[in-house]
Amino acid sequence: MKAKIHVTLKQGILDPQGKAIEHALDTLGFKAASNVRVGKYMELDLAEQDKAKAEAEVKAMCEKLLANTIIEEYRFELSN
Amino acid sequence: MKLHEQPIAKDLIAQHGLSDEEYKKIVEILGREPNLTELGMFSVMWSEHCSYKSSRVHLRKLPTTGPRVVQGPGENAGAVDIGDGLCAVFKMESHNHPSFIEPYQGAATGVGGILRDVFTMGARPIALLDSLRFGQLDKPLNRHLFKGVVAGIAGYGNCMGVPTVGGEVVFNDIYSQNPLVNAFCLGIARKDRLFKGLAAGIGNPVMYVGSKTGRDGIHGATMASDAFDEASEAKRPTVQVGDPFTEKLLLEACLELMDKDLLVGIQDMGAAGLTSSSCEMASRAGNGIDLDLTAVPRREPGMTPYELMLSESQERMLMIAKEGKEAEVLAICKKWDLDAAVVGRVTNDGILRVRDQGKVVAEIPAKALAEEGPRYERPNAPPPYQEHLQALNLDILPDVKEPTAALLSLLESPTIASKAWVYRQYDHMVRTNTLVRPGSDAAVVRIKGTNKAVAIATDCNGRYCLLNPYVGAGIAVAEAARNLVCSGALPIGLTDCLNFGNPERPDIMWQFILSIEGIKDACEAFGVPVVSGNVSFYNETNGLSIYPTPILGMVGLIEPADRAVTQWFKQAGDQIIVLGATRDDLGGTEYLRVAHHREQGSPPLLDLEAEKALQACVLALIGDGLVQSAHDCSDGGLAVTLAECCVSSPVHRLGAVVRLEPNGLRRDALLFGESQGRVVLSVKSSVVGQVLKTAEKMGVPAVTIGSVQGDRLVIDVAADRWGPGCRIDADLETLFDRWGKSLERTLEQE
Repeated sequence: MKAKIHVTLKQGILDPQGKAIEHALDTLGFKAASNVRVGKYMELDLAEQDKAKAEAEVKAMCEKLLANTIIEEYRFELSN
Repeated sequence: MKLHEQPIAKDLIAQHGLSDEEYKKIVEILGREPNLTELGMFSVMWSEHCSYKSSRVHLRKLPTTGPRVVQGPGENAGAVDIGDGLCAVFKMESHNHPSFIEPYQGAATGVGGILRDVFTMGARPIALLDSLRFGQLDKPLNRHLFKGVVAGIAGYGNCMGVPTVGGEVVFNDIYSQNPLVNAFCLGIARKDRLFKGLAAGIGNPVMYVGSKTGRDGIHGATMASDAFDEASEAKRPTVQVGDPFTEKLLLEACLELMDKDLLVGIQDMGAAGLTSSSCEMASRAGNGIDLDLTAVPRREPGMTPYELMLSESQERMLMIAKEGKEAEVLAICKKWDLDAAVVGRVTNDGILRVRDQGKVVAEIPAKALAEEGPRYERPNAPPPYQEHLQALNLDILPDVKEPTAALLSLLESPTIASKAWVYRQYDHMVRTNTLVRPGSDAAVVRIKGTNKAVAIATDCNGRYCLLNPYVGAGIAVAEAARNLVCSGALPIGLTDCLNFGNPERPDIMWQFILSIEGIKDACEAFGVPVVSGNVSFYNETNGLSIYPTPILGMVGLIEPADRAVTQWFKQAGDQIIVLGATRDDLGGTEYLRVAHHREQGSPPLLDLEAEKALQACVLALIGDGLVQSAHDCSDGGLAVTLAECCVSSPVHRLGAVVRLEPNGLRRDALLFGESQGRVVLSVKSSVVGQVLKTAEKMGVPAVTIGSVQGDRLVIDVAADRWGPGCRIDADLETLFDRWGKSLERTLEQE
């Protein structure tokens, strides 16, 4: 089973990286871009075939390592 | 105009950390009930963190004046005269609670905050230090906190281009749930160009400069004044994220605005953000401020006045510009890519008036917020366990059997072991002024354009302070001064960061009051004034308080700069001299903890007169160019000090052969006891006579104990009529391995 995981900063948390990108876009002439937010996308394969168990496993990975849940939130999809 | 829209519910008052009494006082001041925004503003300004309500009556006792003092406590940072028309501007501040919640960002924003405190005064920051306390590293949470904090400090300081030159790290399980992160910053300013947080000049524009305001750390200041419990793990408030690149722009913009003489006053928006900066600046000048939130740059739509006034978004400044200079200020901010706006005017009515969309949303006398907060003379009493703590019967503890093994286990105790793993992550050479890097008694930084250097040391032994707060705090002052003196510097000023438990508990208050007394008496003895500081209370979790930990950051002056001395041996053939007396001081030592698992007894004796004589003697000897190396004797006693002299140099390792006369002392007290007022010197053999004579003349006990030689450390303790002799014998490789690599090994054990 494959997991596709998105980790993004929680709403309202300052994103210096997004700010830098927004600024770079602006200097390149892309004046219309605003509120740039940067996140992470991860893919991983799971041996687990049971969907409910796989979900619990990925959730635990996110809580413990993949996301810093104090400032980040995560969501993921599972597919075969 | 109707400010008060709906009555404030009782539980809302409690949620804001205000007592019924305090709320009553607010109603009295306003002559009406506050609205929600006003309640929020009072709650942050009257929190322990901002108002110092439990500590202020005691802090007054500290000596804060002296011929060199240019700015004492009460401003963003303190300043002392260092000659050449310059002053050293410095302060230390805690960021303990935020670092526990999010170690990287908590530590990073702590560094950002202390940098702003210093450059707000018009000083260019030249050095950072950090004093850290964590639980033992065998617990994963402690390793996580430690790694995160160190990375956060490195991340922010390195990006800013300000070297992190030193500090200390101590590990003890009492800090497991309450790590301490105290950041120190020193900058250099022209003495005639110091800026203050004053909203002077009626009609002058109030200007906002820096990052946009978001919903960051709302109620951070009240959080820092609450003890943690299990629930706060869940109710984590929005954490502030630091942006060092913006801070760097802010630093350069501020210094340029000051240089072009466009500002009247300036203050960092730290804890309690826009509220504290506006009311404190107005209050200091005896004026008011009329603030219009409509113009405040914001990161998110729909922010309420409550959120705008309480946000703790980082990298923001509030400035009072000269009238008519608004356009120039805005142009300079634009050049540095910073948001800036005129957000108000200075008024003469003493009121902080806040408007939003044309409506007045808060109206409070600035003085009431900034200075008329509650003051408590809280009850204090020694804890019932104090007697038990101090009772230590040495007769039941056997003397050391295998001194070499004991030395090695002390060297790898993380509190004593080399902190290279920590400071390797810090850029300590950026700006190329660092003369003595981390790893010696004190850091030394050259002051460009002069022949001077400043030396900086931070110190505090929390265990001593637990066992006897008065003596422990005094020792912290003495040791900080001794560290400076060992590097060849004359101590000239001090900042304190006082970390304690819950002040509403009489035993904690007792620790706090005695610590203040200890600092006061020691500072007076050494003639070193306290010019800035910070108090962090409520460092307790589930009722367990940290050890009282009043951390001191002391600053000294070295002139000429090339006189700076380091702690490690320099050359084979040099003679080793111990200055100061060794006593039976085993109470509260690291040896007792490591070898006997006891944190008990009375801390070492502090003899201020002897300490003064010792320090004067070391300075005189260094001044005469007689000293090759000087190392303060502290944690782990004489044996650890000698081992560090052998292996702590970044370039070489040198052995030593030493013989000690016990003179009736226990072997463990002689080798590992932590008697204060001692320094290990190495000197060329040709000057030994001169050194001993100088020491004798200045009333300082001095004895030659051996010489620098070979590739082993050998310490022979002579037999006397109380016992047989014993020997420590270890090769330098082993010593270095245990001392230099243990921290790394511990961290890699995952």
